[in-house]
Amino acid sequence: MRNYLRGALAIYAKDIRLEARTKETISAVLAFAIIIAFIFGFAFDPSPTIVAVVGPGIVWVAYVFTGILGMNRTFALERDRGTLDGLLLAPVSHESVYAGKLASTATIMLVVEAALFPVFLVLFDLNLFNVWFVLVALAATIGFATVGTLFSAIAVHTRAREVLLPLLFLPIVLPVIIGAVSGTDAAIAGDGWDGVGKWLQFIVAFDAVFLMLSSWAFDFVLEE
Amino acid sequence: MTTHDFNPAPGAQLALEVAGLSKAFGGTPALRDVDLQLGWGEALALFGHNGAGKSTLIRTLVTLVRPDEGTVTIAGFDRVRQAAQVRSMVGYVGHQSLLYDDMTARENLRFYAKLYGIADADHRVERSLAEVGATSFANRRTRVLSNGMVKRVAIARALLHRPRVLLLDEPETGLDQGGLELLDSMVTAVKAGGASVVMSTHATERGLALADHVLVLDAGRVALAGAAANTSVGEVQRAVLGTRQAAS
Amino acid sequence: MPSAAGPRSRAMGLGGRQLLLGVAALVFIIDLVLIFGYAPTASEALGVQVQRIFYFHVPSAIVGMISFGVSAFGSVMYLIKRTRKWDRLAWASAEAGTIIFTVAIATGAIWAKPVWQTWWVWDANGTLTFMLWLVFIGYLITRAYAPTVDRGARWAAVVAIFGAAAVPFVYMAADWWAGLHTERVTGPGASGSLESEMFYTLIFSLVAFGFLFAVLVAERSAQRAIDEQVEILRREVA
Repeated sequence: MRNYLRGALAIYAKDIRLEARTKETISAVLAFAIIIAFIFGFAFDPSPTIVAVVGPGIVWVAYVFTGILGMNRTFALERDRGTLDGLLLAPVSHESVYAGKLASTATIMLVVEAALFPVFLVLFDLNLFNVWFVLVALAATIGFATVGTLFSAIAVHTRAREVLLPLLFLPIVLPVIIGAVSGTDAAIAGDGWDGVGKWLQFIVAFDAVFLMLSSWAFDFVLEE
Repeated sequence: MTTHDFNPAPGAQLALEVAGLSKAFGGTPALRDVDLQLGWGEALALFGHNGAGKSTLIRTLVTLVRPDEGTVTIAGFDRVRQAAQVRSMVGYVGHQSLLYDDMTARENLRFYAKLYGIADADHRVERSLAEVGATSFANRRTRVLSNGMVKRVAIARALLHRPRVLLLDEPETGLDQGGLELLDSMVTAVKAGGASVVMSTHATERGLALADHVLVLDAGRVALAGAAANTSVGEVQRAVLGTRQAAS
Repeated sequence: MPSAAGPRSRAMGLGGRQLLLGVAALVFIIDLVLIFGYAPTASEALGVQVQRIFYFHVPSAIVGMISFGVSAFGSVMYLIKRTRKWDRLAWASAEAGTIIFTVAIATGAIWAKPVWQTWWVWDANGTLTFMLWLVFIGYLITRAYAPTVDRGARWAAVVAIFGAAAVPFVYMAADWWAGLHTERVTGPGASGSLESEMFYTLIFSLVAFGFLFAVLVAERSAQRAIDEQVEILRREVA
């Protein structure tokens, strides 16, 4: 167990340090996210009634697509520069490598999601500064990162990595998307635990199952 | 190199024991029924033309490639069932440096020290840097270092956790004379410390000089195996050319 | 030296496959007779003659889901046992399932548009059908883009297993979502109450599609087994 945590923590710290230094992933993903938000702003009339209906959907379309962009980079950089082998050679279980990568991917996604709060507020008068929304976003992002990190390990070894990741990823996380949109809807409407609770539990259950599954499958996926 | 961080399996007589190792990638065989044994404190020179299976053999030993058939035991640990322990026993220098471009040499080594759970990491990192002569450029990002400098740091990375078996895949590439001398002295020091070395190389004379055993691979099969003292450069070169010469 | 009892012997022999094909063809002909002759003509509300497509849509959707189960099961066994036969089963089931799901989706759309003025009903069944179809396509594309067949087999097995694990979540989420957002009670996916002729025709159609699945899987598996044996022999000669 100590080995597991040590490995995951070392990889997480390294990823965050590198990202803080180069800002490679965050800048690309953030730019993309803001562009998406602006496009939505022009795609329809952001009157309060319409925003109330499509707002949650827009938020999650933006989050999912920027998430895909971010997740692709998780292993792309390691693999292209050959450092993935370095991680796999460490005397820690490969589950531990997965955990570290999952944590850094999720962290970057959460930072970008938080950065979009003011953007959504300004463009759509959509107030996401809401405890329940934050909980839903946290649970959903972990769900996305869990499955996405695993499939990214597959996609990055193929010629079609940009296409393969969303294709594999989206059908599997469909329940999380549905849960996130519904939970967001309830959170913004001010429903509190009564409205949000069911969806939150659902997403957390998904996270638990797929965390275990992905952790186990990681080794299989990387085997040569 | 005196103290080790990790210990071999109790009662492990040999550093390496490989029997009947076979591996095919998508139908193309890379290794066919390879046997080899290596004792503690010994060095094995691995020869073969490009594509003969040298890299595959080394990568199988360091757990990056999974064997299709055969048994592989490293420091008494089974390669398949005890992979994490095997990784604690081996140090690997391959074609890629395994270093992060945007981190300094020192930061890279500190990361690996943490990953390997090395106690007193900072001190060990400084010693490793000194051993490979990299202290002067330790604070520069890997991106700006020359190939030779990168290779030195890569060697330091491999030796950081005091492995019992050091595996080098054509380590002479990119090294200048100073680097080559450093490599020779490190191999000698590793052997003196009781650890073993496997080195694949195209430099036949140098390889024979450093090694106790020789293994030549040809299209995945063992073409020649024996003691280095009893093997001449000519024999090795003929074995390397092997089937290709017979075909011409 | 591979024995005569190589991979080919673990797939169905030619004689067996021809018999299966013959039986399947017979069952299908009888099925068509039942659908157009025996099954009652439907009401206005369900589309009169167009409703007969129900006997293609529902069985194909069900058999599609069965094929997913087979593929997922084959994938699990392959990851445990690592023998070719399980991978061949999983792969052939994925291919057959993709075709059968495509039939289900196409027939569902053809039926839904004139009768319910929508191309697809996103209830629990409908969403699940669509999602599994996408997972199958992902499975096949993963194999197509994998650098070697072995890695493709392992990755695709993981994809199938993940798809299977997601099924209960997709079903629940889609069910709740449909409950919140659609007023429609019946749709192409709903069964409602069936008269006995409709029921028997449906069951027979289900059997017919089951045979279709079996024929496709048997043929594809045997073809791959032969390909693999050829490859082994070719390497021996080289």
